[in-house]
Amino acid sequence: MSNLQSQDFIRISATTLTPPSARQHVQEVAKLIDVTRCIGCKACQAACMEWNDLRGEVGYFHGTLENPMDLDPNTWTLMRFTEWENPKGDLEWLIRKDGCMHCEDPGCLKACPAPGAIVQYANGIVDFVSENCIGCGYCIKGCPFNIPRVSKVDHKSYKCTLCSDRVTVGREPACVKACPTGAIMFGSKSDMTAWAGERVIDLKSRGFENAGLYDPPGVGGTHVMYVLHHADRPSIYAGLPDNPRISTLVEVWKGVLKPLALAGVALAAVAGFLHWITVGPNEVQPEDDIAAANLIRESRGETTGRAT
Amino acid sequence: MSYPPGTLIRNTTAARINHWITATCFVLLMLSGFSMFHPLLFFLSALFGGGQWARSIHPWIGCVLLVSYAGLVVQFWRDNFWNRDDLAWTGAFMRVLRNEEESVPEVGRFNAGQKFVFWSMALLVPVLFLTGLAIWEYYFGEATSIETQRAAALIHSYAAIAAIIIWITHVYAALWVRGSMRGMTQGYVTPGWAGRHHRKWLRSLVETGSVGPRPRPRG
Repeated sequence: MSNLQSQDFIRISATTLTPPSARQHVQEVAKLIDVTRCIGCKACQAACMEWNDLRGEVGYFHGTLENPMDLDPNTWTLMRFTEWENPKGDLEWLIRKDGCMHCEDPGCLKACPAPGAIVQYANGIVDFVSENCIGCGYCIKGCPFNIPRVSKVDHKSYKCTLCSDRVTVGREPACVKACPTGAIMFGSKSDMTAWAGERVIDLKSRGFENAGLYDPPGVGGTHVMYVLHHADRPSIYAGLPDNPRISTLVEVWKGVLKPLALAGVALAAVAGFLHWITVGPNEVQPEDDIAAANLIRESRGETTGRAT
Repeated sequence: MSYPPGTLIRNTTAARINHWITATCFVLLMLSGFSMFHPLLFFLSALFGGGQWARSIHPWIGCVLLVSYAGLVVQFWRDNFWNRDDLAWTGAFMRVLRNEEESVPEVGRFNAGQKFVFWSMALLVPVLFLTGLAIWEYYFGEATSIETQRAAALIHSYAAIAAIIIWITHVYAALWVRGSMRGMTQGYVTPGWAGRHHRKWLRSLVETGSVGPRPRPRG
């Protein structure tokens, strides 16, 4: 959202230059969402609206606790509820707080064509800078988690900022502060990983043998991680991707073909210019005019009485 | 419009207006499209009033181009059918490039190079239109799956690059072959020009007593 740490960017969308890198000591942060301790109260959702001053339109009840039904420009985090029948035949109520995962290798940033509209700070937070956003929606195509939403009102793309404005001044994200069960934790990525390790050991001792940490390597790891009781099948948690990575189509689109294509265009123009200075223009010669005049005269002789 | 006496009409007034509407759209699409294609060219968005404007106006110009190019197809398709002469002309292409046209096989109103430009654009314009619709976020952001949109963005970008390279050869050929440009601005060419570059076209006009752009129907 905001542009507060201009010395702290490690990645900037649509730039061919090296981002400022004077500061090297910044610690990577992470938010750890312990799904196994979540009670689905939505305090995080309310706190997100409160801190970021978001007020979506009042919608309708769809017969589910999920509300609204999807992320939108005014809903940057959303509790997703899944009723899952485990192999023993028991019901498990899986509740996952959905939102931006703050990928180490952000697909949104890779796809973005507007210089500086998406940035990644040295602490790992991926942020949208609204004044640079052109509203094209390429970030949606780049994202492996289907998170960004473009507003129909102001044509800017929105998503969770990981409360970059709070983190900058040494505070935890609003959702973390609001969580009543400690299911959302915030700290350095290494601390959160270590803490998750303890949680996983505890869960395994309670019979969740597939418990584990969700920090998908396909996107270089994320700065929002989950503790899952069934880490072997993330997709049962309302479609959390099993092995997210930036789509090959996006990699090709934004990859080596791009400079090659520009080189191809430049080459076509240069080839034209070289032809012009070596062969030169193709001019009508006096003999062409004579030949054409003869052709017309002959034809008149054969077909008398007709005008040319 | 009146044409100087003794000249031949290469393109009708309607065809010329249609052509230049298409050309204007193409140039505007190329500039705004380039601004969204590569960071080095983002500055081009300033020509449209900034990134938001370039992004929002681009698809509308594309819609105008689709209709405008359809008009060109209607006016030119009959003279762009591939025939035996095109094969012979293509075989002599190196001589064409060296301006040695005296020994090049005769062709009708359009040569194989012009036909290639016509048909490749006839293919690329609808491809660009359809893939463009899929990535038109404001109206069609939810109409197709994100995976479809990824493929559409990829195809749209590189189909556009292909169209631009073809466009560069089209523009250069018009500058290189002197007298062609006037054929699309004022609409006429001299019989000498027609005889040098499109002798079969000249013959067909002379035989039917037509001043162009098409031979007078027989009977």
